[in-house]
Amino acid sequence: MARRVSGRRQLVVTLIAWAIGLAIFFPILWTILTSFKTEAEAIASPPSFLAFEWTLENYAEVNSRSNYPLHFMNSVIISLGSTLLGLLIAIPAAWSMAFVPAKRTKDILMWMLSTKMLPPVGVLIPIYLMFRDFGLLDTRIGLVVVLTLINLPIIVWMLFTYFKEIPGEILEAARMDGASLWDEVVYVLTPMAVPGIASTLLLNVILAWNEAFWTLNLTAAKAAPLTAFIASYSSPEGLFYAKLSAASTLAIAPILILGWFSQKQLVRGLTFGAVK
Amino acid sequence: MLSPAVLLLLGWMIVPLSMTIYFSFLSYNLLMPGMEQFVGFANYEFFLTDPAFFEALANTLLLVGGVLVITIVGGTALALLLDQPMWGQGIVRILVIAPFFVMPTVSALVWKNMFMNPVNGLFAHLAKGVGLEPFDFLSHAPLFSIILIVAWQWLPFATLILLTALQSLDQEQLEASEMDGAKFGSRFVHIVLPHMSRAITVVILIQTIFLLSVFAEILVTTNGGPGYASTNITYLVYAQSLLQFDVGGGSAGGIVAVILANIVAIFLMRMIGKNLEA
Amino acid sequence: MGKISLRQVTKTFGDVEVIPALDLDIEDGEFVVFVGPSGCGKSTLLRLIAGLEDVTGGHIEIDGRPATDVPPAKRGLAMVFQSYALYPHMSVRKNISFPLKMAKMDPAEQERRVNAAARTLNLTDYLDRRPGQLSGGQRQRVAIGRAIVREPSAFLFDEPLSNLDAALRVNMRLEISELHQSLKTTMIYVTHDQVEAMTMADKIVVLRAGRIEQVGSPLELYRAPRNLFVAGFIGSPKMNVISGEKAAEHGAHTIGIRPEHLLLAQDGAWSGRVGVAEHLGSDTFLHVHVEGLDPLTVRVQGEAGVSHGDAVRLSPMPEHLHRFDENGLAVR
Ligand SMILES: Nc1ncnc2c1ncn2[C@@H]1O[C@H](COP(=O)(O)OP(=O)(O)OP(=O)(O)O)[C@@H](O)[C@H]1O
Ligand SMILES: [Mg+2]
Repeated sequence: MARRVSGRRQLVVTLIAWAIGLAIFFPILWTILTSFKTEAEAIASPPSFLAFEWTLENYAEVNSRSNYPLHFMNSVIISLGSTLLGLLIAIPAAWSMAFVPAKRTKDILMWMLSTKMLPPVGVLIPIYLMFRDFGLLDTRIGLVVVLTLINLPIIVWMLFTYFKEIPGEILEAARMDGASLWDEVVYVLTPMAVPGIASTLLLNVILAWNEAFWTLNLTAAKAAPLTAFIASYSSPEGLFYAKLSAASTLAIAPILILGWFSQKQLVRGLTFGAVK
Repeated sequence: MLSPAVLLLLGWMIVPLSMTIYFSFLSYNLLMPGMEQFVGFANYEFFLTDPAFFEALANTLLLVGGVLVITIVGGTALALLLDQPMWGQGIVRILVIAPFFVMPTVSALVWKNMFMNPVNGLFAHLAKGVGLEPFDFLSHAPLFSIILIVAWQWLPFATLILLTALQSLDQEQLEASEMDGAKFGSRFVHIVLPHMSRAITVVILIQTIFLLSVFAEILVTTNGGPGYASTNITYLVYAQSLLQFDVGGGSAGGIVAVILANIVAIFLMRMIGKNLEA
Repeated sequence: MGKISLRQVTKTFGDVEVIPALDLDIEDGEFVVFVGPSGCGKSTLLRLIAGLEDVTGGHIEIDGRPATDVPPAKRGLAMVFQSYALYPHMSVRKNISFPLKMAKMDPAEQERRVNAAARTLNLTDYLDRRPGQLSGGQRQRVAIGRAIVREPSAFLFDEPLSNLDAALRVNMRLEISELHQSLKTTMIYVTHDQVEAMTMADKIVVLRAGRIEQVGSPLELYRAPRNLFVAGFIGSPKMNVISGEKAAEHGAHTIGIRPEHLLLAQDGAWSGRVGVAEHLGSDTFLHVHVEGLDPLTVRVQGEAGVSHGDAVRLSPMPEHLHRFDENGLAVR
């Protein structure tokens, strides 16, 4: 509904929008600011907004005193691993559904989607018991497998909607131009599909990074990603605001940055193409 | 080429789910291994007549409903606002969307400690600043506090999708209605809202699916308490099975959760299915 | 080079027969246009020739060699699609040279051919752009460029101009005609557009529901349509079709008379009243209501000097009267 409007109105809109935007962002901003305070300043009353002594000691301490780097690596391995594994399985599936659709294709897609609607508690116990029996509890590989499976429907769907947008006539043109199946894949399809695959990867890394049901239930220490590590601050002795803030900032910063790049894909991916 | 994905998902669906169904008919406690026996619907009877179940069900509905109301109303308003011409639109958009990318445990802990804590939280400082008694959010209004936290996380999602829908609204349609003499209010009711109704439905359905399974926020803020005051079905099942080791009862609860989610899912699938044909 | 024959070719999708057994011969160097109503199978026929669809039955020969089981790229044909089907991630140069690259042609030769095609098509200044940065007409030219560099034995066009605006269409029509003149390569061209069909074709193939209704030069079809369908399909505005008493007077079940063959005359046989008069400047189309008939269209050169509501008398030119029997077949 963007329209030509008077400068006065635009100024008012700008002020309101910035005020609301900053209010919504404030908890994140506050966390970032607190991460640079000393513990004493972090709980000082009245709190100081910017006029405090900036320090990096919390970051140093989070890094040295806890296993922060281990958990960060766990997050990276689990989210990237599950996404890459998911793509590996999903690309051929989405591919064949988009380019060689059969009568069943639509049913299969819908069914895949329906698995996403299965609430995790419905399968928590068997998965937990199986993990216990197979020694997968608190292992990265176990989490990679579970996160791959829970995000597979989203990956297939996103890829499907992207592949679907590659016009069939282009492939026919390539065939007329003498491209073999291999040439078609290498010179035409892959370059056209790469942006879609990249967006899918991005969104899925974000989802996996922030997943907090399975990561909390299936890990304890060794394989705990940041979600679970941060949760350990909920105990009373974790009431060190500055350190909590530093750990939190480190945990959310990479994903905030990735997330800002993926706004559009987010809409498509999370609505399964229902809103574009 | 399809089969690996299909087989894996099929396995993921069927194996654990049928195990859950099987367990739900057993008396099975992890602390008493080897004592499993078939008890019919006793677990369901027990779970469904437990007062905790009703409290959890009510909490689940309140949580889902509350967050939906806040995010849909707020999201629509924000989308309308963000669609106006302004300076720094891209930055405001980024600010508004940011909470969605914060992992649930972080946002829950940040809100719990740094904002809602009755001693050191920012809200307590503010209250003291204006001479009020600090309010202990998580003890006295635990569910409300959790609704607030979850709504903060999901408001960006609703806003982003509604904004996308709003931007796809045909300019000419609006201009035509303006030519027909429609005021802003009636343009909103008769043109903008119907155009967005589909996106709103999608937001409601998808959020419902996720909100039914809210877990981490409860775990790190209140542990479902005090009592069952902030326990939802998901958390109740978790507590029953992994804290009390009652696999049979927890499984019955899990199946109940699956049935509840399916009711929502049916509507969602219809909508998405229709879209697939278009 | 470029002779194409279809023998008893059929095509079914599922259990829908889109093309019942069809025979067609296209001579080397001919410009053949397929016309027919939407859904009649024009594109399907073209795609069968291209090899993008497999025939259900029958044989296709190209240059006297069986081509039925030859893959599209090996048939030596080039196709220009309605949507252009350019590769969006490649520059114009890469788009045009793609078929040559696929043929593993020597890069210097590729370069030479791309430059020659670009010169022919006025694309030299755009060679390093992406298709997204071109106008519709330029994209169309790139698609044609991609086709000509291969020096195919025949070109296939599926409604190549339908996405262009009217003025550009006229231009591109001329350009394609010129291309045909200079290359003398067989071209098969699908269109909905009367003017394109009449002006470009050496031979028009009129299709209905997958069947060939008539094949002939534009003027043959205009002068001697084999049946009512072809009569109504070729020519614009449409031929007036009259049956009943007035047709019987001329010894036919149905008669047809083109708007340009109806004269306004004092002593005309049919009297009527003018409804809408469409003034095009060069011509005027009068819609005349005659008692007991559907409105007749009359084409008058220049200004007609009659207007809405005037009483007029019409006289059909007897040598241009088409007679049809009860099956709609022309009677000679
Ligand atoms: N892949 C397909 N599967 C099933 N039916 C098809 C397929 N392709 C075409 N058809 C059907 O075959 C018939 C002929 O289609 P075709 O595209 O050849 O028509 P056309 O003459 O090119 O029409 P238009 O002028 O609208 O382009 C149509 O009824 C169409 O529905
Ligand atoms: Mg067609």
